[in-house]
Amino acid sequence: MKEKRKKIYLDFAATTPVDPRVLEAMLPYFSEKFGNSASLHSFGQEAKKALEESRAKLAQILNVKESEIIFTSSATESNNLALKGVAFANKDKGRHIIISSIEHDCVLNSARWLEKQGFEVTYLPVDKYGIVDLEKLKKSIRKDTLLVSVIHASNEIGTIEPIEEIGNICKEKGVFFHTDAAQSFGKIEIDLSKINVDLLTASSHKIYGPKGAALLYKKENVKIEPLLHGGGHEFGFRASTVNVPAIVGFAKAAEICQKEMKEEKKRLENLRDKLIKGVLEKIKGAHLTGHPTKRLPNNASFWFERVEGEAILLELDSFGIAVSTGSACASKSLEPSHVLLAIGLTPPQAHGSLRITLGRWTKEEEIDYLLQVLPKIIERLRKLSPFK
Amino acid sequence: MENFYSQKLLEHFRNPHNWGRIKNPDGKGEVGNIVCGDVMHLYIKVKKDKKGKEKIEDVKFETLGCPAAIATSSVLTDLVKGKTLSEALKVKREDIVKSLGGLPKMKIHCSVLAIDALCEAIYDYFKRQKKPIPKEIQKRHQRIQREKKLIEEKYKEWLK
Repeated sequence: MKEKRKKIYLDFAATTPVDPRVLEAMLPYFSEKFGNSASLHSFGQEAKKALEESRAKLAQILNVKESEIIFTSSATESNNLALKGVAFANKDKGRHIIISSIEHDCVLNSARWLEKQGFEVTYLPVDKYGIVDLEKLKKSIRKDTLLVSVIHASNEIGTIEPIEEIGNICKEKGVFFHTDAAQSFGKIEIDLSKINVDLLTASSHKIYGPKGAALLYKKENVKIEPLLHGGGHEFGFRASTVNVPAIVGFAKAAEICQKEMKEEKKRLENLRDKLIKGVLEKIKGAHLTGHPTKRLPNNASFWFERVEGEAILLELDSFGIAVSTGSACASKSLEPSHVLLAIGLTPPQAHGSLRITLGRWTKEEEIDYLLQVLPKIIERLRKLSPFK
Repeated sequence: MENFYSQKLLEHFRNPHNWGRIKNPDGKGEVGNIVCGDVMHLYIKVKKDKKGKEKIEDVKFETLGCPAAIATSSVLTDLVKGKTLSEALKVKREDIVKSLGGLPKMKIHCSVLAIDALCEAIYDYFKRQKKPIPKEIQKRHQRIQREKKLIEEKYKEWLK
């Protein structure tokens, strides 16, 4: 059970390594072109140029105006800025917000915090695959609704939401629509000239860029209140000296993803489907979570009967394989993942959840190796269980 | 993970001691935390020694749970095997934590689960023997059952 192997990283939804091409693009901006992009001298202007070129690249990829891209430090910050920013800037118009029941914690907890500040939040239910109920959405939108926020693709189960339809509903009803695209940006096409999205969150470290950079796309007409007040950076929406090297890396990473997307998407989907098929065939009592086809190209997530997720995770780790789980045992709150409960899993079922996410350097041999060791691990753990 | 858990805990998790089922046990304890989802069954065989003291002659466990739950189950069996019932009842969660070389804070409840399973198995033993159940054990049994009910009440929607 303990043979030493090369380490296999299959947790790309958690974070990704920086692509060497990205690192190379970033390096000059640490010591050489180190200026503060707000300074008027040549040092500052050199940094400013790199910042604006990065903004232009990302705006072009999303097909939006450069002035609509606000750089932040993380997807968490972008999501906080979207929810709290819209809520506080528009509170005269209403106090109601709608989010899905499968949002990332940073959207969920921003909404919960807004509830404490006197806003009202509706949590949209999802079906067993995690797709939001569009009829419920239509019925939930009220005269005083300010914002609808629905994740583009689930970080846990990989399901891709119908954001085009959601956008149309929001447009028709005259409410703002925000989507958290931290997991989908760079992996599947997002063209904001074709769909109605008012605010969108994208992140760098999920697409082989560095940590510490993200963006919030905000349509020109959307009023938001900044979270950070200071020197008027980022059009006055996000004060802080700009993290130029990270943003240069973010833009470079997005550019590479865009260029390689078509082929990479296909390659990952093939590997993902091989993995899903293999797991469901080789392991009894294995269930796929999320939508069978409307899912991220790199996400394979499951729950297993009569076995606990963290135990599987630790066993896989001893084989050098890194994955993730939504089991309550592995969470700080000791509660199962709210996403898994929202798709109808009971706590004992969520207890056996496992998320495997593939990436740019995932090879077929690695999937084969996982398929070879995972059944044995689950068999051993099930032997220890009182339920046969 | 290697640093999150102690080396000792990992050893118990990968090669647990005394796991399995005893066919005709003298006592069986079934406990679980249905929120986190861990379930533990503990089986004991009890035999009187020459002085007439009741000793845990054999003990086995079955656990569905995280690495900490499996390791605390394993270490509990080591700690109580061969002990008299009254000695075994004195084993505290701190003893389990110490034997494992420490336990992450968020995993302390796993050690409580093991202690509770033992208490329930001994309670069951007294019941099967139709012997008067010592007050201390009765109290602990009632607390375990009460907590179980509270959690079931809280999460009844999920348990339908």
